[in-house]
Amino acid sequence: MATDPLEKTPGSTPGSAPPGAPAGAAPAADSPSPSAPAATATADAVPGQRSDTPMIRFEQVEKRYGDHVVLDKLDFEVRRGEHVTLIGPSGSGKTTILRLLMTLERLSGGVIWVGGEPLSHARTPGGGLKPATEKQLRASRRKIGMVFQQFNLFPNMNVLRNITEAPISVLGLERDEAEARARELLELVGLGDRVDAHPTQLSGGQQQRVAIARALAMRPDVLLLDEVTSALDPELVAGVLDLLRQIAHDTDITMLCVTHEMSFARDVSDQVLMFDAGRIVEQGTPEKIFTAPEHRRTREFLNAVL
Amino acid sequence: MNGSKFDWGAARDVLPLLLHGFLTTLLATVLGTLVAAVLGLVIAIARRAPSRLVTAPVRAVMEFVRSTPLLVQLVGAAAVFSSVDPLVIGIVVLGIHYATYTSEVYRAGIDAVPRGQWEACRALSMSPRRTWQAVVLPQAVRNVLPALGNYAISMFKETPFLAVITVEEIVFEARKYGSDHFAYTEAFTLAGLIFLVASYPTSLLMRKLEKRLGH
Amino acid sequence: MNTFFTAFLDNLPQVLSGLGVTAESTVLGALVAGVLAFVLGLMAGHRNIVVRGVSRTVVEFFRGTSLYVQLFWLYFALPLLTGYQLSALFCGVVAFGLNFGAYGSEVVRGGISAVPRAQWEAAVALNLSPYQRMRRVILPQALAQMIPSFTNLLIQLLKATPLLWLISAADLMTVIQQLRDRTGESLVAYLTLLVFYFVLAYVLTLLMNLLERAAKARLGEHTGTRGLLRSRSAAAAESVPVVPGGAS
Repeated sequence: MATDPLEKTPGSTPGSAPPGAPAGAAPAADSPSPSAPAATATADAVPGQRSDTPMIRFEQVEKRYGDHVVLDKLDFEVRRGEHVTLIGPSGSGKTTILRLLMTLERLSGGVIWVGGEPLSHARTPGGGLKPATEKQLRASRRKIGMVFQQFNLFPNMNVLRNITEAPISVLGLERDEAEARARELLELVGLGDRVDAHPTQLSGGQQQRVAIARALAMRPDVLLLDEVTSALDPELVAGVLDLLRQIAHDTDITMLCVTHEMSFARDVSDQVLMFDAGRIVEQGTPEKIFTAPEHRRTREFLNAVL
Repeated sequence: MNGSKFDWGAARDVLPLLLHGFLTTLLATVLGTLVAAVLGLVIAIARRAPSRLVTAPVRAVMEFVRSTPLLVQLVGAAAVFSSVDPLVIGIVVLGIHYATYTSEVYRAGIDAVPRGQWEACRALSMSPRRTWQAVVLPQAVRNVLPALGNYAISMFKETPFLAVITVEEIVFEARKYGSDHFAYTEAFTLAGLIFLVASYPTSLLMRKLEKRLGH
Repeated sequence: MNTFFTAFLDNLPQVLSGLGVTAESTVLGALVAGVLAFVLGLMAGHRNIVVRGVSRTVVEFFRGTSLYVQLFWLYFALPLLTGYQLSALFCGVVAFGLNFGAYGSEVVRGGISAVPRAQWEAAVALNLSPYQRMRRVILPQALAQMIPSFTNLLIQLLKATPLLWLISAADLMTVIQQLRDRTGESLVAYLTLLVFYFVLAYVLTLLMNLLERAAKARLGEHTGTRGLLRSRSAAAAESVPVVPGGAS
């Protein structure tokens, strides 16, 4: 599974901003300015994160609904700090991968490893694996955060409470500490003045920023982004994407994105996985996938969306 | 109080009486539901009348009837119309009380008929009567059947109120036997079981019907 | 007609005490029913099939046997089995609580399942425990949706309290009936009684509408003042399963 795109990534990450030049040359010159200073931060962060165990490893993962196969014996790895984008036609299984990682769905077969530990299995004394209990699942979920297409903010809480609820009740933070962190995060996402607002008083873009802050407040190792701009009005998309670019460059968080924003995918990804019918048909660096796709399905898909 | 246990002999004695009363209970339920189904439709149509002179009083009376206890209505009607057969009073009062519920069901059914249907009738210059008869009601009534069924079941469970105005239905028989033989335990336990046995399968049936009609 | 109202005014203390019994049994019955509704409703969504089965059985039993029969069983039959006579008011509160608690559990169950699945998923993604998910995220949202149906049930409970007359608790109906017997003026007496219940029902509806408005405001949904005066039939039309002392 240690194919060259994977091997290349840790080394190529510092370089992936200068190759931001081809990205800039391509039609999508979205926001070259934030990426330039941030690139150095990533360059520093990644060598420090050296680790041989992949952050995420899918091993023969299967997901079926009755006879319908959503994911077909899937194998892939994501390294610590890597930013991976999942692209492909709808119904190809991308979102299911995120939902499996968040334990919102049950596996039909195979094992998902996160940080070297089985995600939804527990080790038996005999060295085998058995399905995890709710308690064990909760331990697994600590490493993972997720941002949803429809934001899913809690309407019974204001913005601040949405962000502090889980840090207080799950991580056991003191209220003051949780609120201080929440305010910092709201500053980061550009909503420092909407602390007391109710979710319904915010635009879709603002709600999604709160949802991102809410996920980050749990300090996950892995952040899952499920079509986070698909439900937004077109004029609000750029702001959210810029925020995610910034997070991608400034932190060492591992990111898995399902997105239809190809220029964003090209900017932030270390690795792009092209899905079709529950399988990975092609994977590689954004330069390779977007400029020299090998597989017919990839070319068809990119022609359709670009 | 002798602290007696359940007496199977008494249970055997009271059962035929209860089943006899059960026939009256069924009769009251069926006829009461019929009244409620027809009157409810009349109320629903009246509330669609073009003049507030019609809709406002109808609405007020309806509101009053549905917000006040059936038991008081029954006892009051029986006292005021003391010469009328209690069973008739019971059926009429049950029917009127439940008509205020069923009219809401019809109303929702009528409201669910798309505006375009009314407009199409207008475009074809159909008379209001014809519009109701041929277009609106056939569409509205189909949707309300399961709800009417559920109201029939709840009316069934409220028929014991008729015992208070001396209708000889199931609870009347139970009370009579209970006080005559001091065997309330057997009489009321069996009466309760008869209600359970009769209403549970019916409500399961209604749920199935609702599912099939996609509610 | 004058004789009835003269008697009414002469016996005002009794009337007020009857009103008190009616109010007390309504409130206490509603409290018992409310607690039971949440216990049974939450049990109905439990993972364990035994817990669900117990809830289902209890609910079907108390819905399936008539309230009238339950009350009489508690008051007349139970003492014969146990040798211990319960007070009429106590029997009333227990019977109302059990019967309306069973109906209420369906409201709770429906309210919980009406909260979008995405809210559960967001709570899972934040690693809240199953208890925290229910308590912090789902129930606060479900509650606002349950209130209209609870209002219906509360009015139904109020309308069931005249049953207390049959087990000789001195409720409002009992007192007014005594005045009627004394004056012989049936029509005026029963109309007066009906008006009493109508006003009580109206007050309860208004209070519940206030509660609903507060609950909705917490969810960021703001309703105008007009909604407060909304009658029960309007509320009933919104929450489709109208529940008259019966069907779900």
